Amino acid sequence: MLHVAPGIVRHPLIASVILETSALVNIERASIDAVSGEIVLEVPSEKCTEVKEAFERRGVRVVPLEIPVIRDENECVHCGACISICPTATFRFEDWLLVADSGKCIQCGACVVGCPQRALKLVLK
Amino acid sequence: MDLVVQEKSLSEINERIRDGSARVVTAEEMPDLVQELGPAGAVREVDVVTTGTFGAMCSSGVFLNLGHSDPPIKILRALLNKVEAYGGVAAVDLFLGATQPSQDRGIEYGGAHVIEDLVAGKQIDVEAEGAGTDCYPQMELETALRLDDLNQATMVNPRNAYQRYNAATNSSDRTLHTYMGTLLPRCGNIHYSGAGVLSPLSNDPNLDYIGVGTRIFLAGAKGYVIGSGTQHNPQNNFSTLMVTGDLKKMSTRFLRAATFHKYGPSLYLGIGIPIPVLNETVARNTAVRDRDITVPVVDYGIPRRDRPSLKIVSYEDLKSGLIELNGKETPTSSLSSFHVAREVAKSLAEQIEKGEFLLSQAVEPLSRIGSSRPMKQTKESPNVGDVMSRDVVTVREDIQVEKAAKLIVSGSFDHLPVVSKDGRLMGIITAWDISKAVASGKIAKISEIMTRRVYSAMLDEPIELAARTLDMHSISALPVVDRDNKVIGMITSNHLSRLLARRR
Repeated sequence: MLHVAPGIVRHPLIASVILETSALVNIERASIDAVSGEIVLEVPSEKCTEVKEAFERRGVRVVPLEIPVIRDENECVHCGACISICPTATFRFEDWLLVADSGKCIQCGACVVGCPQRALKLVLK
Repeated sequence: MDLVVQEKSLSEINERIRDGSARVVTAEEMPDLVQELGPAGAVREVDVVTTGTFGAMCSSGVFLNLGHSDPPIKILRALLNKVEAYGGVAAVDLFLGATQPSQDRGIEYGGAHVIEDLVAGKQIDVEAEGAGTDCYPQMELETALRLDDLNQATMVNPRNAYQRYNAATNSSDRTLHTYMGTLLPRCGNIHYSGAGVLSPLSNDPNLDYIGVGTRIFLAGAKGYVIGSGTQHNPQNNFSTLMVTGDLKKMSTRFLRAATFHKYGPSLYLGIGIPIPVLNETVARNTAVRDRDITVPVVDYGIPRRDRPSLKIVSYEDLKSGLIELNGKETPTSSLSSFHVAREVAKSLAEQIEKGEFLLSQAVEPLSRIGSSRPMKQTKESPNVGDVMSRDVVTVREDIQVEKAAKLIVSGSFDHLPVVSKDGRLMGIITAWDISKAVASGKIAKISEIMTRRVYSAMLDEPIELAARTLDMHSISALPVVDRDNKVIGMITSNHLSRLLARRR
């Protein structure tokens, strides 16, 4: 996740990092308002360090999202309400037990409000 | 070949349960057994089939007796952790409903959460207002109670354990937050509820065994069926149960409070019913599979009572995770937990095997005829067609902004629907859009400045729905269209305010 300060929010940061690193990034989510910008990028693992450093040189604070969404095992009842509402298919059943592939999560938050047991939380939110 | 009709009595089965020799399987295991052994063989081999379900059961609640205070109070109104409980039953009896939201935290904490906190042994803050009578002089009271401090805490649920439940999707173009969970726009997903193969009533569809007085597993405690549930509708395979049980013996493993986003609190409950394999009919009924139980996929995008059904699907289809809907692979997900439903059926099977749970004979059968009629509404509410104006002026998208401005000025209205050659709605233009275009010095065709994402209303839609659309999108007028999306009128906030003024 990239945290972009207001001073540099107008700069073509992503474009210049792509040109510099030739990394095939995916913009998963971006929200930019009056005070700051927050962008979630998916980066191929072999380019991760290079892309991170390129952004940091441009003044962007970079937070790697290895576990973007946390599931509270005590609260989860394995209903599966989160499965079909996730745009990136983070959740699935294994013999009716819920399994999360956190790496797929883009922190859109749909599952957080969609979970009837309030068992899901986004990290850094 | 065995031609003798296989039959057993309930007392024989209970005898085996007592001496620990009863053979118990879950309703998930039964279909294969019946297929392998045949119904007669299954009657010989199996004594009890246990069922289970774990899902949102909104129509639930508890009667609580707080004990008498000194001086005594006749409670009129009570708050338990800021959730209102009904005080209209004697002095210190309260009824707390699962879906009641709290006054401080809204729907994030409600009656169901108070019930779960009680079962978890937590302390609950009680605030009560009294009537103030000669025999009950106390006017106000505050205390903190745990489940152990209550004389009785009896769960009484008017409608639980639906035999099966309609699956839900949403054809509209916005995300809906419903009691069936988050429904994505344009039929982006399908949600369902119910345990299918393990569903108690689907394993006894003709109500041969389950009746008034049937002993059941209710959230870890022994409970009882006290009658058919509200909206019981066995003719259409939508039977329901009214059940009771002692909250003090329940477990949070099978009782969980939930909140459906922008809908409200609800209570997830585990209910299991053991079915004695008395004869071949029971064996055949308990051999039901997911593929045999079908439900309609209902479109919640139509905000009316009679929502259209888009497809009939089975629980096997629903549990597969993908269903083809309108030529598109649509992901499904469940709101009830099949994992916990299995735990219910297994726990119940263990209790029976250990001789701790005996089966009971119903004292009265449940009604084979139910009622789930629509509400009789004595105060008719007008439809959009009754209040809209029919003399609507529409324009084509290739006219100039200046022409549209003239039309608006001469017609004393603020909105112009933009239509195609054959009269279908394409967009809308307001006096504000025109002012903005003129102010920016851009005199162009209206196709360049019109709003294309236009909300509309239908002729036979109740005005409440049109009012909700206006309110939700902060707009003041809606074109009214027919089934072919042709514009036939306009309904504005003025029409609605005039209607309200006349009612006074």
